[in-house]
Amino acid sequence: MAVKLKVQNVFKIFGNRPDEALRLLQSGHSKENILKTTGQTVGVQDASFDVEEGEIFVVMGLSGSGKSTLVRMLNGLIRPTSGQILIDADDVASCGSGKLRDIRRQKIAMVFQHFALFPHRTILENAAYGLKIKGVPAEQRHARARKALEQVGLSSWADSKPSDLSGGMQQRVGLARGLATDPQILLMDEPFGALDPLIRREMQDELLALQKTLKKTIIFITHDLNEALLLGNKIAIMKDGRIVQIGTAQDIVSSPADDYVAAFVADIDRGRVFTAETVAREAATVQLGSDTAGDAMRTMEEENRNAVFVMDGDDIAGVVTYQQAAAADRDSGPVDVPLADVLITEFSTTNADTQLADLYGPASSGLPIAVTDAGNRLVGVVEPEAVFAQLSAEPVVSEDGSTPLSTDKTQPSPAATP
Amino acid sequence: MSPSDILVIPFDDWINALVRGWLVPNFRPFFRAVQVPITQVLNGLDAFFAFVPMLVVTAVLALLALKYAGRGIAIFTLIGLAFIDMIGLWPETMTTLAMIITAVVFCAVIGIPLGILAARNDTTWKVLRPTLDVMQTIPSFVYLVPIVMLFGVGMAPGIIATIIFALPPIVRLTNLGIRNVRGDLIEAAEAFGSTPLQMLFEVQLPLAMRTIMAGLNQTLMLALSMVVIAALIGAGGLGLVVNTGLGRLDVGGATAGGIGIVILAIILDRITQGLGEQGKVETVSLRKTLVSMFRPGASTAPAATGKAAS
Repeated sequence: MAVKLKVQNVFKIFGNRPDEALRLLQSGHSKENILKTTGQTVGVQDASFDVEEGEIFVVMGLSGSGKSTLVRMLNGLIRPTSGQILIDADDVASCGSGKLRDIRRQKIAMVFQHFALFPHRTILENAAYGLKIKGVPAEQRHARARKALEQVGLSSWADSKPSDLSGGMQQRVGLARGLATDPQILLMDEPFGALDPLIRREMQDELLALQKTLKKTIIFITHDLNEALLLGNKIAIMKDGRIVQIGTAQDIVSSPADDYVAAFVADIDRGRVFTAETVAREAATVQLGSDTAGDAMRTMEEENRNAVFVMDGDDIAGVVTYQQAAAADRDSGPVDVPLADVLITEFSTTNADTQLADLYGPASSGLPIAVTDAGNRLVGVVEPEAVFAQLSAEPVVSEDGSTPLSTDKTQPSPAATP
Repeated sequence: MSPSDILVIPFDDWINALVRGWLVPNFRPFFRAVQVPITQVLNGLDAFFAFVPMLVVTAVLALLALKYAGRGIAIFTLIGLAFIDMIGLWPETMTTLAMIITAVVFCAVIGIPLGILAARNDTTWKVLRPTLDVMQTIPSFVYLVPIVMLFGVGMAPGIIATIIFALPPIVRLTNLGIRNVRGDLIEAAEAFGSTPLQMLFEVQLPLAMRTIMAGLNQTLMLALSMVVIAALIGAGGLGLVVNTGLGRLDVGGATAGGIGIVILAIILDRITQGLGEQGKVETVSLRKTLVSMFRPGASTAPAATGKAAS
């Protein structure tokens, strides 16, 4: 996929003498030190990342970590002290105000934490604001705003005022206002931060559902790691104005770049981050017609498994455990036991992107879980032990501290997450 | 021992030299020209109020009061204006009303743009703020003399004195109203690519309208309080009635003029306050306010105006 937004070595220093602070920063002084000696506040330091078209890029950090400053630099509400921010080929960091206005009108829209709806306008007029500014004729812009309101399920409120709506509904209007201009990039600054938890969850799901059809490039700011892990195709974690790690949800949980990130992910529900695919291994199989219980035992011994899947042609017939196969083989003496006699036909199947949290039940039966593809063919197997091993794994701080952004190659790449 | 032993500053001589020796001889034509638009507006309004029958003016004011301030004030308007007519002060009241409206119109025309400038630019506000402080605190008698020297006597100089005195609140409150527009709304408007002018007319002014209306109300009240003082330099109307009463020790005449001013003040105050309050229910745009003032019923159908204004 094409890179839509490219951020390169962006710094933001608040104060009247940014150059001096920048020089100190580059020579290795800390943020606190610079504030003490020069009185300049470092907002963002040396941020670089690429956002690909159609992905949700989440920037996560606690308050004061510079995430809001970072997102405001992406549409020029705050001009960076140095660095480049490229949207397609235009540099938002250095372009003139006319060009910047064009970019804001054509390419990039924003959704705000406290909704920032205009209280003197109706919902429809709010949604149509970006189009009005662009000079779209009234009839046309109202039609497009109505369509955007439909997308967020608020078309019946078009003539109300923002004050008539609940927080969740107001933020839907904020989203509709962002979508109405049909921007390529949508900046969302803690959009669900001011909503109560149930509504927040609902909005997250809705955003994911919308994104399936819209395929916008979304930069999403949050202070909630669970939200970041749920929504982000890619996540950047910020601390003290610096991006400390960029990666997929699984990268960050399985190999946090430093102690700070590790402390963050310690409380995370790993079952919701990892999918069946991350713990699946290649399936060991025997054939129902041609193999015997003895063959199954040998396969298990060779592959070091407790159970194998029994295939009937391309279909899964069932599971044989080592225990049962061995017992039957011992009882029958020299006679070969047909696999059908020891076959367990009640087994669980799942698909590659099922969350581990949903595999607790099947895994507790002690039998391996078949991972099947869309065509119902066996593509792998999840051992019950693997599920629990992944859930209990202590996050490991990557040894190579100098390259915190490298992805962990031992992890299978995640299937297209939500 | 005091500083005056060392140095005596002939401050009054300096001011005399500045005003008499330089401003008056060199700029008199300029100041004469300045009052032309004021005279024009005033004469127009004066002629209008002199032409329109008393009952019509009363009916219009009562309707406005009914619409914006409620039934009580409407009844008060009817009785109050009838009382003024019965004590024989109707023509003077209309002259005063014309003067007040002229002064307030010019205050708005000068003050709202100044307030907008001040809100957008901190340096402008830093210069403007002490100037407004001086305008508000300096006793008006102090500038009556130079005004007479520069502008002569009559209605227009009276209105100019009134404008100087009544201008500060509208500037201050316009500035305040615009500065108080929530930061995230400004950010949102900017994020969608608004030009500075679009920002002003689409977001800042509509949201500051209530505060600006409050400023207009204050300006109106200050203008009314200048009526008597302006009459000293030849502005007529109710102020002249009070001054004449004062000069002749005619308690009755002075009281009659005073009561006329009070009645007019209450009516105008309540109506303009009502206009400002209207913004609470359904925030008014300037255009909508003006339209609704001339088209009764326009703002009682929010759905219709909502569509019209968009």
